[in-house]
Amino acid sequence: MKYVDEFRDGDLAKNIARKIALAANTNRTYRLMEFCGGHTHAISRYGIADLLPANVRMIHGPGCPVCVLPIGRVDQAIRLAREQGVILCTYADTMRVPASNNLTLMRAKADGADVRMIYSTQDALKIARDNPEREVVFFAIGFETTTPPTAVAIKQAAAEGLKNFSILCNHVLTPAAMHAILNVEGGVKLDGFVGPAHVSTVIGSQPYEVFASDYHKPVVIAGFEPLDVMQSILMLVRQINDGRAAVENEFTRAVTREGNRKAQSLVGEILELRETFEWRGLGTVPNSALRLRPGYAAFDAEPRFGVEYVAVPDHKACECGAILRGEKRPQECKIFGTVCTPQNPVGSCMVSSEGACAAHYTYGRFREEVQ
Amino acid sequence: MSTKRTAYVRPLDLKQGRIEMSHGAGGRAMAQLIGDLFAAAFDNPFLAQGNDGALLPPTSGRLVLTCDAHVVSPLFFAGGDIGCLSVHGTVNDLAMMGAQPLYLAASFILEEGFPLADLKRIVESMAHAAREAGVPIVTGDTKVVERGKGDGVFITTTGVGVVREGITLSGDLARPGDKVLLSGTLGDHGMAILSQREGLSFDAPIVSDTAALHGLVAAMLDCGADLHVLRDPTRGGLATTLNEIAQQSHVGISLMEAAIPVNPVVAAACEFLGLDPLYIANEGKLVAICAGQDAERLLAVMRAHPQGGRAAIIGAVIEDALGFVQMTTRLGGRRIVDWLTGEQLPRIC
Repeated sequence: MKYVDEFRDGDLAKNIARKIALAANTNRTYRLMEFCGGHTHAISRYGIADLLPANVRMIHGPGCPVCVLPIGRVDQAIRLAREQGVILCTYADTMRVPASNNLTLMRAKADGADVRMIYSTQDALKIARDNPEREVVFFAIGFETTTPPTAVAIKQAAAEGLKNFSILCNHVLTPAAMHAILNVEGGVKLDGFVGPAHVSTVIGSQPYEVFASDYHKPVVIAGFEPLDVMQSILMLVRQINDGRAAVENEFTRAVTREGNRKAQSLVGEILELRETFEWRGLGTVPNSALRLRPGYAAFDAEPRFGVEYVAVPDHKACECGAILRGEKRPQECKIFGTVCTPQNPVGSCMVSSEGACAAHYTYGRFREEVQ
Repeated sequence: MSTKRTAYVRPLDLKQGRIEMSHGAGGRAMAQLIGDLFAAAFDNPFLAQGNDGALLPPTSGRLVLTCDAHVVSPLFFAGGDIGCLSVHGTVNDLAMMGAQPLYLAASFILEEGFPLADLKRIVESMAHAAREAGVPIVTGDTKVVERGKGDGVFITTTGVGVVREGITLSGDLARPGDKVLLSGTLGDHGMAILSQREGLSFDAPIVSDTAALHGLVAAMLDCGADLHVLRDPTRGGLATTLNEIAQQSHVGISLMEAAIPVNPVVAAACEFLGLDPLYIANEGKLVAICAGQDAERLLAVMRAHPQGGRAAIIGAVIEDALGFVQMTTRLGGRRIVDWLTGEQLPRIC
């Protein structure tokens, strides 16, 4: 397939692997966090770990939209669907995230709630137009990549005077999460970041400059293809060897320093910062999420239906928190692969194929079981 | 003047008519539907007996019996429809046992209001597929459910076949050292259905691979290769099929990603939706596991057959107490090819 195969070429991969092995100083380790679940997925799916020297270690970050969603947020969505009788529209990944009382959106659906899987916010708008007698709520989740489509939907709904459409807004911000990870007391030691791909197409590379200047952590923005990831690892190893900390862009075919100005201004027009937001794993993080601006408050499902957020603690044995902070690896969780599997996920990291646990279970667990 | 009148029976309105509850009530309407539509299309001496079952001649050899329910949506898709699919599915299940398919039975669950024109298309497609496969539909059944209690039409087909002496194929016969062969490209059926269902269109249309494979299987059996396992990777795709075999045979399987054929347009559609072709359904492909030394000979026979033109050796059976299916990726790394969990869901970003 054109424009895809070029970025998955085995010979080029071996070539980069050789360069990484040559560059990596055997007297030290390189602890690199790939922030995005898309990178986690690529690393696992293509077996990139097999191509890296033992002292270059990838640490999975929290950039998986459904993984960072706390239980209480999914509870709100389920309550809307079950108690308020709304048509709840959601991206597919979110359907299987475990919530309170052993429920998921999928189980709520089986139980009679009207939960619909959609591919885009346009689908949700269409459902609202087609069902004027019903309330339609879009479960808006995700990082900066999925935020502009939500903003577009709100703007359209306002222009059309669509009265039966609203959103449960859970959009979160990448740089805030990176700050949180670097500020965790006794947290994970990192030498650099593989920076987000799709998020950066929207926000640009400029917001990461603070991590290089203030925290002295190199950041290399990388695409989601396996060769992108490998090239960015090589660039990080070289920066670390040189004692440099800069924001470099491997993903120049899609990312600029400024990002997508049009998307940014649209998001700014419709949404504003929340003072605090609870993340799974990172706890309450200031200025880390978005809500609708007062002018669009009519589209906010939380006040509209009076569904308040109630924090719910994670399952006691579940290590999703530590895994999302990069402090533990999936296989270090007691219930990994036993009680918690992709079929019966206990924690959110086992749900999405971008989640660190699901990716390791699905693609990589033979490594430790063989040993 | 004679008082004799010929009873006039209004013919089935195959253009505008719809299924009514009376078509399943056992009376004249049902008899007419069966006679004018099903019996006319499937026409064969066994069905013409007009009894509750088909009386079949004696057959020597071990019999294989299989049945398969079909509930596809949309009913008509690029490359086929539920009718031919219901014939191919059951013929292929027989073929994967090494059987020569002999007879089919078909039962229909029809939803009140279903257009007779669509039913006619489906039945004719079934008849065509059965004739092409040389396997008659010898008996059947029809039920009608109220509107809203079915999805247009459900078709269940049952098949009987016979296995000749000396052939034993089974999922527990894979042995370390065996090779794994695939008869062609992956994911064509599933992506044809999905792209139509979601209203996605691509530069080239994706066409279902639905086809009867017993001709290919006969050629493979005749070449004398030491075949151990045959399976058609339908629901759950190649990944699920190979995991089933690994579990049944207590072995591991090692695949080479670069050797697995996928049509570029299917690969692009999967990429677009965040799906993996290894998990997408096929309806006209088979996986064969044979003794290592016979693999090249078997491959040549498969490639010479119209249903196996893009056949490939895609991997090998290895010793592995944990029964993992592993794959060396195009990139050169390794990964597991695990069981499918739930259904494949598109990713968010």
